[in-house]
Amino acid sequence: MSEKELVSGNEAIARAALDSGLCLGVGYPGTPSSEILENVAALGGRAEWAPNEKVALEVGIGVAFARGRSIVTMKHVGLNVAADPLFTIAYSGTPGGLVIVSADDPGMASSQNEQDNRRYAIAAGVPMLEPSDSQEAYDYTIRAFELAERYRCPVLLRMTTRVCHSKGALVRRPNASPAPAIAYEKDVQSNVMIPAYARIAHRKLRAKLAELARFNEEGEFIHEDRGSDELGIIATGISYQHARDAAPEASVLKLGMTYPLPLERIRKFAAGVKRCVVLEEGDPVLVEACLAAGVKVEGKAEMYRFGELSVGRVRRILAGDTTPEAAPPAGKPPQLCVGCPHRRTYEVLRDLGCIVTGDIGCYTLGVLPPFEAVDTCVCMGASITTGLGMRHALPEAEARRVVSVIGDSTFLHTGINGIVEMVYNRPETGHVVIILDNSTTAMTGMQENPATGRKLDHTPAPKVVIEDVVRAIGVDHVDICDPTLDRERFAGILKERLASNDLSVIIARRPCILAAAKARAYQLGGK
Amino acid sequence: MGKVVNITVAGLGGQGVLKVTDILAETLFDAGFDVKKSEVHGMSQRGGSVSSEVRFGDRVYSPMVPAGETDYLLVLDATQVEVNLGKLRAGGVLITPEDVPLSELENPKAANILMLGALSRHFELPEELWLKHIRRNLPEKLHELNIAAFRLGRRGKNAGR
Repeated sequence: MSEKELVSGNEAIARAALDSGLCLGVGYPGTPSSEILENVAALGGRAEWAPNEKVALEVGIGVAFARGRSIVTMKHVGLNVAADPLFTIAYSGTPGGLVIVSADDPGMASSQNEQDNRRYAIAAGVPMLEPSDSQEAYDYTIRAFELAERYRCPVLLRMTTRVCHSKGALVRRPNASPAPAIAYEKDVQSNVMIPAYARIAHRKLRAKLAELARFNEEGEFIHEDRGSDELGIIATGISYQHARDAAPEASVLKLGMTYPLPLERIRKFAAGVKRCVVLEEGDPVLVEACLAAGVKVEGKAEMYRFGELSVGRVRRILAGDTTPEAAPPAGKPPQLCVGCPHRRTYEVLRDLGCIVTGDIGCYTLGVLPPFEAVDTCVCMGASITTGLGMRHALPEAEARRVVSVIGDSTFLHTGINGIVEMVYNRPETGHVVIILDNSTTAMTGMQENPATGRKLDHTPAPKVVIEDVVRAIGVDHVDICDPTLDRERFAGILKERLASNDLSVIIARRPCILAAAKARAYQLGGK
Repeated sequence: MGKVVNITVAGLGGQGVLKVTDILAETLFDAGFDVKKSEVHGMSQRGGSVSSEVRFGDRVYSPMVPAGETDYLLVLDATQVEVNLGKLRAGGVLITPEDVPLSELENPKAANILMLGALSRHFELPEELWLKHIRRNLPEKLHELNIAAFRLGRRGKNAGR
């Protein structure tokens, strides 16, 4: 037993991974998940940023094929990118423990949607654990590695913003779970998903899930607070903590493993109370599963599907209160920093009346005053491709106004494919892509990426040169400029390219003002 | 079950809201309380309003302070008082820049720690415990400046109203 410390859920996961003999942590930065791998590295573990979540999961799968323990971290929308390997590795599984952290963002503190990734556990058929505080984040991570090895299946560890970023007490158990020795064993029936083997693997997966449901019924991940027989609450994740404050008198059944569900245990609990309410943030996943199994429970009103839950909202849910909620007073909205290199770029785009397809990063804030220069934002990498679609569809005069803007890290994430599409299926009016290269992954907290020349821990790394990449794919023009220093040159190039039918990439390069000082310190050898 | 005390710290991005809350949470934790601390990162925080919460007591469940149940509201920026006032319970303690001797401060960057000093007057904890966590959370070259700011705030003007 170690000393008690006050840590966030993300810090707790990093500690658990190290106390489980982690071989490699890999992921792509995304709020609220980013601190997990940063902490793994800071505590002396091996961790790396991949260019995107699909790559990260595949690297993690490789580690686990070699029987290493691997943790793969991402935000909820990252799992969409990694869904392709997820659905098939669920069939084959890996001999080494593979734990995938999905950090969901109900309420969208820093996201483009509030999708509920519990649906992925059901859709792919992988067990899911949901911690409700830092200690559970630690304990569940360790058990996730062990369960992944015992059942030969990846485990989804679902976090939410509040569990990731809230701090609470943690007691570590050093060397809690020794990792098996690295060893590769050829096993093509399990590891090569050609149809003949995959048909067998799918049946095996369903049998594993039935076994896991029986395991979940045994109760290791179930906690019951026995209170009044009048009111019973079934809760998961952070909802449990709110429930204890909102209704201290109630009986509460907390589920830590939320797929596959312990339906018999739920049935027994619900039968023992007069009224049984399911408390869950986001989609009605748990309540629908209970109702489908014929368990008499009630869920929350539709209005509470939106946003985070809180003690106050849980009180309202329990009281059946569906009157409109008071909107909290609006604070000062976020904005691009004073001195941010994107500011000048957006001034020019605004003044030229461009139709700007945007992407994911700080620069999405260009949609707000005083710029109001972003027209669309869908997902990572979508700026280039949606811009191409608009160029194909719009009449010529409008098509010529379409510009795609994308950040350096986002370009390397899934923007490269868009450049390939642009060269292959060239719009008649050509296209203009501006890569806003501020030499960092700024929005998520200034993480490194393949173009910064530094690894996750800020030590030197080989550098992917963005201009070489786009030239090699075959665009007509590649220009590099700094709109902050030379606005006229930038505006001149942009006007010329918009008037032509050429394919043009303009790299607007100037370091993020917040990251520049850090980058200088890394260069001098400090961290 | 002992009462849980709720503290909310608010201000603007870059003013050190999260730093103050970390020091506060760690000091209370070190004093033997169960503590939870909650904050939000990411896009909504870029240059905009920021707030962070600490709850402490014998046993704390939710990390978020229920609406209107803040016992101590510390607001680091005068423009942010109005939007955060609804978080304070009736009879709760409000501390704003008006309540601290800002003009006596050597370096305005330590204003957050000055205000933490003013808040510290409301809790019966030894000064050395606060200083220990100020030192732990700040680089060494800033210790002297911030400890002086903390003591200035702790000495008080008319801390709290």
